[in-house]
Amino acid sequence: MTSLIHSPLDACLTLLALWVLIGVAGLVRPTSLIFVGRTLFPLGALCSVALAVVALGSLGAPTDRVVLTVGLPDLPMHLRRDALSSFFLFLLGAASVGISVFAAGYFRKGRGTSAGLLCLQYHLFLASMGFVLLADDAYAFMVAWESMALSSYFLVTTQHSLGEIRRAGFLYLLIAHVGALAILLAFGVMQGGSWQFTFDAMRGAHLTPAWAAAAYLLALFGFGAKAGLVPLHVWLPEAHPAAPSPVSALMSGVMLKTAVYGVLRITFDLLAAPQWWWGLVALTVGLFSALYGAVFAAAQTDMKRLLAWSSIENVGIIFTGLGLAIVFHGVGMSGLAALALIAVLYHSLNHAFMKSLLFCGTGAVLHSTGERNLGRLGGLIHRMPWVAWLTLIGALALAGLPPLNGFVSEWLLLQAFLFAHQVPHTFINMLLPLSAALVALAAALAAYVMVKFFGVIFLGQPREPTLLRAHDAGVLERIGLLWLALGCITLGLIPTQVVGALRVVTRQLARVDLPNPTAPWWLLAPLPGRLASYSGLVFLLAVTALVLLTILAVRLFYHQRVRGGAPWDCGFVRLDPRMQDTAEGFGQPIRHIFEPFFAMQRELPSPFDSAPRYRVFIADRIWQRLYEPLGSLVQRVADAFSVLQQGRISTYLLYSFVTLVVLLAVVL
Amino acid sequence: MRPIEILTQLLELIVALVAAPLFVGWVNQCRAWLQNKSAPSLWLPYRSIRKLFHKDAVIADGASRLFRVAPYIVFSAMVVAAGIIPSMGTRLPLTQVADAIALVGLLAMARVFMSLAAMDIGTAFGTLGARREMMLGFLAEPALLMVIFVASLISATTALPAITEHLATQTLGLYPSLAFTAVAFLMVLLAENARIPVDNPATHLELTMIHEALLLEYSARHLALMEWAADLKLFNYACIGFALFIPWGVSTRGSAPVALIASIPLLAVKLAAAGALLALIETVSAKLRVFRAPEFLATAFLFAVLGLLVHLLLGA
Amino acid sequence: MVGVPLDLQLLNLCAALLLLLSFAMLTQRRIVNLVNLLALQGTVLFVATLLIALRTRQPHLYVSAALTLGLKVVLLPYLLHRLIRRLEVYWDAEPLLNISGTMLVGVLIVVFAFGLAQPISAVASTATRNAIGIAVAVVLLSFLTMITRRKAMSQVVGFLSMENGLFFGAMSATYGMPMVVEFGVALDVLVAVLVLGIFFFQIREQFDSLDLHHLESLREDATSGRRE
Repeated sequence: MTSLIHSPLDACLTLLALWVLIGVAGLVRPTSLIFVGRTLFPLGALCSVALAVVALGSLGAPTDRVVLTVGLPDLPMHLRRDALSSFFLFLLGAASVGISVFAAGYFRKGRGTSAGLLCLQYHLFLASMGFVLLADDAYAFMVAWESMALSSYFLVTTQHSLGEIRRAGFLYLLIAHVGALAILLAFGVMQGGSWQFTFDAMRGAHLTPAWAAAAYLLALFGFGAKAGLVPLHVWLPEAHPAAPSPVSALMSGVMLKTAVYGVLRITFDLLAAPQWWWGLVALTVGLFSALYGAVFAAAQTDMKRLLAWSSIENVGIIFTGLGLAIVFHGVGMSGLAALALIAVLYHSLNHAFMKSLLFCGTGAVLHSTGERNLGRLGGLIHRMPWVAWLTLIGALALAGLPPLNGFVSEWLLLQAFLFAHQVPHTFINMLLPLSAALVALAAALAAYVMVKFFGVIFLGQPREPTLLRAHDAGVLERIGLLWLALGCITLGLIPTQVVGALRVVTRQLARVDLPNPTAPWWLLAPLPGRLASYSGLVFLLAVTALVLLTILAVRLFYHQRVRGGAPWDCGFVRLDPRMQDTAEGFGQPIRHIFEPFFAMQRELPSPFDSAPRYRVFIADRIWQRLYEPLGSLVQRVADAFSVLQQGRISTYLLYSFVTLVVLLAVVL
Repeated sequence: MRPIEILTQLLELIVALVAAPLFVGWVNQCRAWLQNKSAPSLWLPYRSIRKLFHKDAVIADGASRLFRVAPYIVFSAMVVAAGIIPSMGTRLPLTQVADAIALVGLLAMARVFMSLAAMDIGTAFGTLGARREMMLGFLAEPALLMVIFVASLISATTALPAITEHLATQTLGLYPSLAFTAVAFLMVLLAENARIPVDNPATHLELTMIHEALLLEYSARHLALMEWAADLKLFNYACIGFALFIPWGVSTRGSAPVALIASIPLLAVKLAAAGALLALIETVSAKLRVFRAPEFLATAFLFAVLGLLVHLLLGA
Repeated sequence: MVGVPLDLQLLNLCAALLLLLSFAMLTQRRIVNLVNLLALQGTVLFVATLLIALRTRQPHLYVSAALTLGLKVVLLPYLLHRLIRRLEVYWDAEPLLNISGTMLVGVLIVVFAFGLAQPISAVASTATRNAIGIAVAVVLLSFLTMITRRKAMSQVVGFLSMENGLFFGAMSATYGMPMVVEFGVALDVLVAVLVLGIFFFQIREQFDSLDLHHLESLREDATSGRRE
């Protein structure tokens, strides 16, 4: 057995193949939940654990390659594993453990696809993502990319009997293919005349700055479509609520990061010398996406749409950091470029855990209450304590609070921004510190969104009487949530070790590095000359010690008597749960302050209505201004072309005749 | 860790805990004097806290464990924050663990837990207060970060003691960038500590409450801890202002231990002056409508950005 | 900032105050306050001119400072206040863009101006050359004030503030303009204010209001061919 596995790459390929086998095995008995749910998904989770271990262990190992002679005769698939691939494989493995275990307990009998088919699509999705991370030529990459898109499409349309889910899936597939087209064009530009589509050939091709810029912009467009950058984000808020929760978790947590991997691979590896102004494009788009996503997340009333918009915000922050790294790299400030790049990679890893945890939490809530609408939830912390407390960890992490992991990546990013004014270009050195302020604004908005999310779902009083019958999550679901929550906590407590591992990646990818750390193992001080340091572990210990001390002191000196009572009602005796703040209410300050972003339609009741109703429709302005005109343009062009479809055979024969004549004239 | 560092750290924590209610009492006294009323006793906040600890806690029926744990977490966050701000000395070992950005994160943590606790009971007042508190918070946090950013740019670090030392040892001069940033910081202080013109700390009308609404359901020892935490928050903000803008008198690295003792009366003088100024501002201004508060904070943000740009241009 | 002499520090402070006042004018809604801010701007300019005169000991700068004090701090604000009382226009209507948006655009303009002025500062030979960026920013911000206002009076104040910015720019780049140029510019501004004052009365008589969007109804309508 060990003779088959010479290298980490072989191990990874074996695990990917195992996933495919598990998926196919699901077809054996598609409707048996015990077989699929209790056996196959946990097996898949075990493969994920193995993948994560292998990837982590091989982070510093030398690059391995393999050539697989599958597929077309003259087009073998080149595969390669280097530090960047290992990191993203670790992300894939570690996050999918929790999600797979959760999914094992999640899938129930219902309408739509059978469990076995779901198992197949799910594991194919995982395997194709792994393949994307290992591909070393354009052909293998595109095959894996397309399989990823297709398998996730089938996963999104699990409940395909509902019209809106089919529409969401269609939009998802459409934009995924527009993006894939752009990526294909980017590969086409990058081969630079050699007509060899292996990545090695692209590394060796010398492109003029104009063509390199074209390739970068195409790649940013294509991968941005998959990542959900504005204005190509419109599929995210539709597809994520439509898909089952573990699938949304996988898409948000891992699939969006494959797009980040793609941009990193193309910018730093294939186009070896990125120019500094490319970073500005990524920075601007990322910053706008971050603000747009945060503002819209605050105004949502559906819990999964809220999380989808929050993903758009985090992807925006990742691309902002990426743009900053490219700017620093382009002007030669290598220490800061390394810091920004490490912040990007750290945030990708953090987001994978935080967002998956939140989506799985919403899955548990959806299961036990059947409600996705925030206006019909509330008070679930009493009925579902496990889900509530574990989701709290995810919400606090996403809000960027110390000592959890979200804070660490934001800290690193802000530290990188601090020295952006040293960039030697006139306007840029003033605009970059301003963008730091906007990143801080997006992060603060994330805290707002998370308080709304957690507070409306789990705290307060139940807004519907049916919520009193909600039940807590099952054992497998709890284990999945626990794994993801532990991941969030661990990544926040050992930042120095994570940064040390990420330095290996940046060294190999962009040939930039941080200076060696001179601080103890529990202290994160990336740039020692700057005297800025942070320690999650000691921070947590200090706060916990103080909390315990305070509790002890109060207990020692004073009594512990508690009485129950009714909440303060200001004299109005018939307070009912519908009087607490709704999701719309909680988003109202944001709607008021950021009015230009929204396209709002309001229906206000008049004083003479016997059954007054209040309605607010919030639409995406980009959908109205960009996509609808584009859609009608495409429709008009298509209509114009439909003139050709006469329906008469003689006309079609005429077309063939004309083509033949023209070809003969041209050739002869 | 040398003994002087441990001593400085402990002294800072103790002084913060003890002096914070006194500071709030002083502000109330000044305000009463300015408004021609007879002032309450300077020690009233202490008596109130002690009285609250002795009472029975009345907890609403729908409260969860989060509601009961939140006051302890908020209080501890404020105490840790007090330990990070160099109000008397710059040799603080705890500041290695958390720099200025982590300080902003600590304040955010306190704010988030207060808002979550307010949403826990599920009445209209608590959730309204939570919504408004988060709205002020998400606008004030970038402004505060920009203030710290400008100070960090001037001192090339984000560790607060290093910033204080750098600013204390600079030649005395007029720094327009720091002047702008100081105005921005003052506005953020008013917003975050629920002072007029953003919020009235003495209001009894639920519809106008922001900070008070978060505390509406708390009683007895929980309320005592929350009140103490609010006093500590004002004290901390005042000390951040001193550390950034009036850093002289703080015992720096290399100075004798007696400088640490000498810094206490200096701190008292600074606090007295700051308290009087705060009372003056509160008396002279009128409370803003809730939706003018974002404009107020946007102006604070603007001042901070102007300070940044002026620093980048003029080098001052 | 080790060893920077006191008068240069004061000049930097004046420059920063000038920028602050231009921003304050951008967001001010009461027209009386606008004129007061203009007077304050004139005062800051007076102090700056005086400091430069003391530093370089050029006699014409003393005259310039005196002129600034007389015209910009005393005479023009007095005239404008009288005009405000006679026209009874005290409040400006809601500007085109809301206040936060205006401030954001203002910040971007300041960044643009600072970046623009850096090559100029590199070749100037005065000690105050860093403040050229602030002068350009003041000019552009006053322009923005004129654009985002609805009442004619605010636009006049913006115009005068623009002239203040130009004056400061000349002061910091070349220690003042030749006397002839200064007199010429001052005369231009005075005549402009007088002419505008006459126009205001005419506008008020025609439309009973100084809201400038009434002027839009003066355009010829091709279909109807008559004024509405």
